[in-house]
Amino acid sequence: MRSRGSNNWRFVSRQIFVWLCCAAAAFADQAPAWSPTNIFAPASTPAKSIFGLSLFVLAVTGVVFLVVFTLLLYSVVKFRKRRNDDGREPPQVYGSNQVELAWTIIPILIVVALFMATARVIASVQKDPRLDNAIEVVAIGHQFWWEYRYPGLGVVTANELHVPVSDDNQPSPTFIKLLSADTDHSFWVPRLAGKTDLIPNHPNSMWIDPHEAGVYLGQCAQYCGTQHAKMLLRVYVQQRGDFDRWIQEQRQPATVSSAASQGQRIFETTACINCHTVEGTVASGRFGPDLTHLMSRDTIAAGAATNTPENLRQWILNPDAIKPGSLMPAMQLSDQDLNALTAYLETLR
Amino acid sequence: MSTESIAWPSASAESRSFVDTLHEWVTTVDHKRLGILYIIYALVFLLIGGIEAAIIRIQLIRPHNNFVSPQVFNRLFTMHGTTMIFFVVMPVLFGFANYLIPLMIGARDMAFPRLNAFSFWMTAFGGLLLYFSLVGANGLYGAGNAPDVGWFAYAPLTSRTFSVGHSTDFWTLALLVSGFGSIGTAINIVATILCMRCQGMTLAKMPLFAWLNLVMAGLVILAVSPLTAAQIMLLVDRYLGGHFFDTQAGGSAVFWMHFFWIFGHPEVYVLVLPAFAFASEIIPVFSRKPIFGYPVMVGATVAIGFISMSVWAHHMFTVGMGANVNTFFVISTMAIAVPTGIKIFNWLATIWGGKIEFKTPMLFCIAFLFQFLIAGLTGVMMSAAPFDWQLGSSYFVVAHFHYVIVGGILFTLFGAFYYWFPKMSGRMYSETLGKLHFWLFLIGFHLTFDFMHIPGLLGMPRRIYTYEPGRGWDTWNFIVTIGVFFQAAAIVVFLGNLIWSYFRGKAAGNDPWDAWTLEWSTNSPPPAYNFYTIPSVQSRRPLWDLKHPDDPDWKYE
Repeated sequence: MRSRGSNNWRFVSRQIFVWLCCAAAAFADQAPAWSPTNIFAPASTPAKSIFGLSLFVLAVTGVVFLVVFTLLLYSVVKFRKRRNDDGREPPQVYGSNQVELAWTIIPILIVVALFMATARVIASVQKDPRLDNAIEVVAIGHQFWWEYRYPGLGVVTANELHVPVSDDNQPSPTFIKLLSADTDHSFWVPRLAGKTDLIPNHPNSMWIDPHEAGVYLGQCAQYCGTQHAKMLLRVYVQQRGDFDRWIQEQRQPATVSSAASQGQRIFETTACINCHTVEGTVASGRFGPDLTHLMSRDTIAAGAATNTPENLRQWILNPDAIKPGSLMPAMQLSDQDLNALTAYLETLR
Repeated sequence: MSTESIAWPSASAESRSFVDTLHEWVTTVDHKRLGILYIIYALVFLLIGGIEAAIIRIQLIRPHNNFVSPQVFNRLFTMHGTTMIFFVVMPVLFGFANYLIPLMIGARDMAFPRLNAFSFWMTAFGGLLLYFSLVGANGLYGAGNAPDVGWFAYAPLTSRTFSVGHSTDFWTLALLVSGFGSIGTAINIVATILCMRCQGMTLAKMPLFAWLNLVMAGLVILAVSPLTAAQIMLLVDRYLGGHFFDTQAGGSAVFWMHFFWIFGHPEVYVLVLPAFAFASEIIPVFSRKPIFGYPVMVGATVAIGFISMSVWAHHMFTVGMGANVNTFFVISTMAIAVPTGIKIFNWLATIWGGKIEFKTPMLFCIAFLFQFLIAGLTGVMMSAAPFDWQLGSSYFVVAHFHYVIVGGILFTLFGAFYYWFPKMSGRMYSETLGKLHFWLFLIGFHLTFDFMHIPGLLGMPRRIYTYEPGRGWDTWNFIVTIGVFFQAAAIVVFLGNLIWSYFRGKAAGNDPWDAWTLEWSTNSPPPAYNFYTIPSVQSRRPLWDLKHPDDPDWKYE
């Protein structure tokens, strides 16, 4: 009897466990559909470790919640003063050491279990397993855009981070060194990893190893000034071949066609070059995004607008219309100059 | 000596002119009047801070909304946070502590009445200074602007490079000035509780209210001092060429974070311990039972006080402190859940076997128990540092701490308003309006703050003036904003109830709740000297002993 009972129990508990895992998996499959920035739809090892821990923490706190909530509800309903109350005071109970001991020790045990699980995940995510074929990126936060430098590959770009897929057979994680040029920022792409802050004078690092190609969204998560809200993050995860091709293209200097020479002259004789670089020309400013391959990007203004000729023109004419408070000044150009300048930027592929 | 010569100058209350009354209130050193001044002052700022919150929520009701500009939005959330923490919750809690502690421990006044008045006026002028930034922050040559650096004002956003003009100076000076007020009041509370208790009231026989406020005051002294120091350092940076937080000259932004949060986390307990104090008075009276496990409650309070000084860097899990430091702050933060849990269980046990009367104060305290349970558990979630790497700085955090401050502190505070209103005014409030207030606020609170957790889980960071469509955040933000209107309606009912009852309420009598602590033994409102004769007590519930001479508490304690 006894052994059959415990077998049954083992069977039931295994069933429950399997069912829970299936539910979690189904939930994780559905999760990206709810939101492209859902923390419960991890696509990279750090985010997956956090997801696993979060399920455990949610389960424990959920059980505590149910137990205490039920007790509270029960006592509030059960011990309400009745209509036919006799008006006498209830028995005056002052306390009980046994009960106090019980509800001190049980929470301590729960806390110890939570702590052990947490400590393991901290160690696994914060350890720094540098691999030979890892990609190194330096991400520099600016008010209110992202600068990305690939020191080993000689590439500088802005706002759209490209990294290769890392598969389990041939892991190629990306290590991101986080710096800030001005105030505090935070790099948060929820499906790839937890956030890590970019703090001036305090270099940080993090790593991701996305398992599937695609575009992963996120945004700055530490208040950094007026346009904190439109300091958006886009991470392009590409198959290795596509990524290598992208790197090759980004390493080329700007190709300038003679048709846009008027626009180029405007660009190079106004304040544009104080802040922007176009590789292979005199423009070498570093306050603003590198524009050498501007047209290879899907968005402008740190993801605030899609990269269309109209948006680009509008952005140069009046940045505040797209991103009020951005540090890019309105250049006060004539319509003719504006068109020529936009045409020039359109050639920066 | 004739009777006329010792009559009070203000004996004929009706004939006093407005100026005389004003003069009396402005120059008062009476703890009850200062308490009421604190409370009214906080209510005014509650309205201001609430309107700021409502504007913030209207802006966020849908993606790419244009109700306010990003500049205005950033000022609004800075002012909302600063106002609510420093000029609403702290003053109102000091107000209740001021009013009630001498009455509960059988004293005629606080230990230092003049320091008390000084502290109140420092706090009051601190708040005015903060709002004067709207006029003066550009140096009086035009329209000013409020500070926009966030309520924790992370460096280097506060440096002169990034914060031009004087708005950050107004923020700094306001907190500096009101910080002195807070420390003054804290010293006063400690001295009063340690030195002014009536005969027979040993520390173990004080009402829990006094214990919780004693620990709170100790925390204020320990926590506000580093904040004040940090403000001075920030001023040195801004005006005397210092480089404490000036990252461009080798200063450290992380240094400010440590200074701020070693204030900021104990501050949470500074705010929540008085809320526990209200609950620990109200729940027993309306359950008709003494508080369960008094010594354990005291122990848990003191434990919270100590542990809360060692948890601050859980606000900084994402700043790159290294695995070992993170792990330390995980365990210290999780540890604080134990004494806090003990408190919830003891309140539960107090209700257990009682006869609960669902008067308005009790309704608010019962809601507090449920909500504080949830707030505590979401806190445990974020104490797991890796989970916090996702949840931190998101709307999940915003929902969590509003669950603590609104769902926990404000709910018990409303309970306290209704519970002690008869004592302070001598009039009963309207129970119907009180219950209407409770249900409206409950609905509004849950619409707003339950649903606010979800966009955080879906990756919405805090402090953004607008957000992109297509991220799955729209519906939740819409519901959150709708809840605000219910809360606003509830506040109108609340204030209406207070004002109406003050003029039209029924006389309350000395002891409308059949309660057990000393403040209910004197008149409502109490005379300036509190008690005709200084009481002497034998147990934690002196009025129970009086009412039940055959079965007094001192036989069992």
